[in-house]
Amino acid sequence: MGETAYETVIGLEVHCELSTATKLFCACANQFGSEANTNICPVCLGLPGSLPVLNRRAVELAMRIGEALSCRIEPSIFHRKNYFYPDMPKDYQISQYDAPINVDGALELPDGSRVGIVRAHIEEDTGKTTHIGGGGGRIHGADHSLVDYNRAGVPLVEIVSAPDIRSAAQARTYVAELRAIVIAAGASDGRMEEGSLRVDANVSVRPAGTPEYGTRCEVKNLNSLRSLVRAIEHEAERQVAIVSAGGSIAQETRHFDENTGLTHSLRSKEEAYDYRYFPEPDLVPVVPNAELLAAARAGMGVMPVERRRRLVALVGSEGTAEQIQTVIELDLDGLVLAAVGAGAEARLALARTANEAAAKAEGARSLDPSAFAALLGMEAGGKLSATQAKTVLAELIDSGGQPGDIARRLGFEAMESSEIDALVDELIAQHPMEWQRYQAGDPKVASFLLGQVMKATKGRANGRLVTEALEARKG
Amino acid sequence: MSEARDGHPLDGGVRAIAEAVRSGEATAVGIVEEAFRRIRESDTELHCFNLLTEEAALEAAASVDESVARGIDPGALAGVPVALKDNLCTKGTETTCSSKILQGWKPPYDATVVSRLRAAGAIAVGKTNLDEFAMGSSTENSAFGPTRNPWDVTRVPGGSSGGSSAAVAAGLVATSLGSDTGGSIRQPASLCGVVGIKPTYGLVSRYGLIAFASSLDQIGTFAVEVGDAAATLEVIAGHDPADSTSLGQPAPSLLDRLFDGVEGLRVGLISDFLADVAAPCSKAADDAGEALARAGAKVEQVSIPEMLLGLPAYYIIAPAEASSNLARYDGVRYGLRVDGPDVETMNARTRAEGFGPEVRRRIMIGTYALSSGYYDAYYGQAQKARTLVIRAFEAAYERFDVLLAPTTPSTAFKLGAKTANPIEMYLSDLCTIPSNLSGHPAVSVPFALDPDGLPVGVQVLAPALGEALMLRVAATVEAFASPSARGPVRPRPTGGEVEPGG
Repeated sequence: MGETAYETVIGLEVHCELSTATKLFCACANQFGSEANTNICPVCLGLPGSLPVLNRRAVELAMRIGEALSCRIEPSIFHRKNYFYPDMPKDYQISQYDAPINVDGALELPDGSRVGIVRAHIEEDTGKTTHIGGGGGRIHGADHSLVDYNRAGVPLVEIVSAPDIRSAAQARTYVAELRAIVIAAGASDGRMEEGSLRVDANVSVRPAGTPEYGTRCEVKNLNSLRSLVRAIEHEAERQVAIVSAGGSIAQETRHFDENTGLTHSLRSKEEAYDYRYFPEPDLVPVVPNAELLAAARAGMGVMPVERRRRLVALVGSEGTAEQIQTVIELDLDGLVLAAVGAGAEARLALARTANEAAAKAEGARSLDPSAFAALLGMEAGGKLSATQAKTVLAELIDSGGQPGDIARRLGFEAMESSEIDALVDELIAQHPMEWQRYQAGDPKVASFLLGQVMKATKGRANGRLVTEALEARKG
Repeated sequence: MSEARDGHPLDGGVRAIAEAVRSGEATAVGIVEEAFRRIRESDTELHCFNLLTEEAALEAAASVDESVARGIDPGALAGVPVALKDNLCTKGTETTCSSKILQGWKPPYDATVVSRLRAAGAIAVGKTNLDEFAMGSSTENSAFGPTRNPWDVTRVPGGSSGGSSAAVAAGLVATSLGSDTGGSIRQPASLCGVVGIKPTYGLVSRYGLIAFASSLDQIGTFAVEVGDAAATLEVIAGHDPADSTSLGQPAPSLLDRLFDGVEGLRVGLISDFLADVAAPCSKAADDAGEALARAGAKVEQVSIPEMLLGLPAYYIIAPAEASSNLARYDGVRYGLRVDGPDVETMNARTRAEGFGPEVRRRIMIGTYALSSGYYDAYYGQAQKARTLVIRAFEAAYERFDVLLAPTTPSTAFKLGAKTANPIEMYLSDLCTIPSNLSGHPAVSVPFALDPDGLPVGVQVLAPALGEALMLRVAATVEAFASPSARGPVRPRPTGGEVEPGG
């Protein structure tokens, strides 16, 4: 009997902080990185007697996300989700439950696969607790805890996918695509490293081909795309090991440990909170009228699927998918388009953006496209070698300026053909054996000869011109 | 019989005081000093107040007088001493909800109603006692001891706004604010012989009212006369952007047509409470109906059986909301903290020590009613019952302009008489709860005395935002009421000698 093949089934809950100026229910600044407990007021501290007033802008941004995910935008109400936790000022979270604002959408991934969106609802974020001493950063065993309520009441949209995802890689693509979408919609800055985008993964496994889902575990604390992939891969392996040994999976919430790459149990199904949801009596229903919808749609950027289409139109689809995906994820596709508009060769612009500019994405977003196009022109025209062009590009992103000036400063001015001719003649004289083998068409010796020229010129020579000179003497 | 207070401008009522102060006939300082003199004299026994703000009150009064002297109008309630139920936030002044768990907590802000009173020149003299977190009908569930009824200090003033109703009944202040979740203004008003208005849900901002049951809570006013309770209500009513459930309307004009009479109005006398209401209380409602008929109204008995769904529905919905509203008292951020080895134990100890038995009981009931697997059977059913009550009212208001009913099943009962039996205590709100479930306005007006010489109120109910009409009818009821049935009275012991007035 052959080994059973297992399929991983994944559903993701993505919490996305909305980039409003103020919090969801009060006028405090929605700002990351302020000094602890400075963006607070009676409302977001849940002081007795305070009442929430819904931020209209947050509703607009939530509706944008709904639009971008092809959801139906519905009349919605808020519920209270009741549980005790020190970083939750009211000991309940105002969230949407059985009447969320966005339902029934879908997200099409670059490979054409489709992930259903069950809902994308509005809720408030909690504060942030730091546990000091003892318990290794966890609440149990800590000596004491510090709570920062700056984040309490920050607007979130929780985007819940259907269990349509089948691999860690697809989960990664889904989150990356979702991130690009919320950024393009102007709804969120999508910064995972600042917690603007947080992911929980529901993971189960089943023998390939069976229609029933396995028992799922919810994995929390996935703070980067890398963690997402590692956690899902580990969790699926763990479950497969249990199931194939004849065991069964306990439904539970598990915590991913970034240091060990393992997940461990947080609480079992029996220990799960009973949230005692009921309609929030302090707020009134949200009805998405035409005016709100229009306000939401205005200011929405171009969605990734359309951005991909634009790039494919420029560079073709052959072998470009990965580069296209990278530049869109990093919000650098605009740079490619602008550089092409300024006269750059499209494939080269895409390659340099996806490979080199991507490494400095933050700075690259403000790169002057015409300077970038000029640099690409120098490379294409042979004035700079590929290596030199990359060095100039890095400098251009870091410090700005004109590529020509940078190349001159770095001593990258292309050598005159006469200079190269002289070098090549000298080379042939010094290495007669190798020259013979080159003439016989030995490819290994070609790179040896090129390497000698580069060594002699400290990389200043343009490889293509050297090769041309060698070829010309081949006779 | 009661001994009325009179002679001092403080006894003139809200409108007369404001008029006297604005015209310079009386000074705000003089009136406020008299209020504090009476409080010192009576409040040791009555315990209407949890806290007095004498210094700030005299300062505010002096500033009102200064405005008058400089020809600046200090506002519609110039120099009017007002008592605030101690579940209304007052900036920098302790606000306790009569609970150990909030003892010592000073809000960093004023409730909207408090700001509006201050802006209108009213003088806040202190914070009044209540059943802890407004849960109760006798003001005995206070962590700081009960308030006594000035008509008979061995009896309760009703509740939960017992401190506010007794303070007006004893003539310590001209007006006061309370909150009414199931009758907490109207029931103590009836038991203390004063007027108590519960406005339409959303007419008065709840911002700064410490929540008991958010969908039912509404702030309202007390005064000796309908017109005075209306005058205070005019000041605190009107849209507030800080409360999402606040209605869009500006404050309505309530006084303009107060004495236009009831000629031709259709009045429905609700008959369904009779079986559960003591004879003096049902008789008062009948007599008030007759009085209105004499004044030209068309009065008819009406049965609205859904009214009796109110009490059971209320005792699910209110505790359910309370269980959530009171979760925040966890010892983390403010108020009482009883330490423990971990945060859960600290939460549990703090709440076990900080909340009194009635509050704990309601938190447990509410938590149970919302629990997974029980929600539909309890909270869901209660909401359906609530809908039936609302529809029944709406149907009744197609036939009637206003409704008339007893306010309470009994007059003031003895301290301790019902503390052992919560269900009996809960029945005190039988006639008042339906208006909270429907969000409609209602007012209790003192009408007669029972054989023990205790005041009996009757209730006028109106459709949403029908305050002006409701108060017009109430003013007519008042005109026919026994003058001896209303305060202010000097506190007196039961059956004891009546102190001379003046």
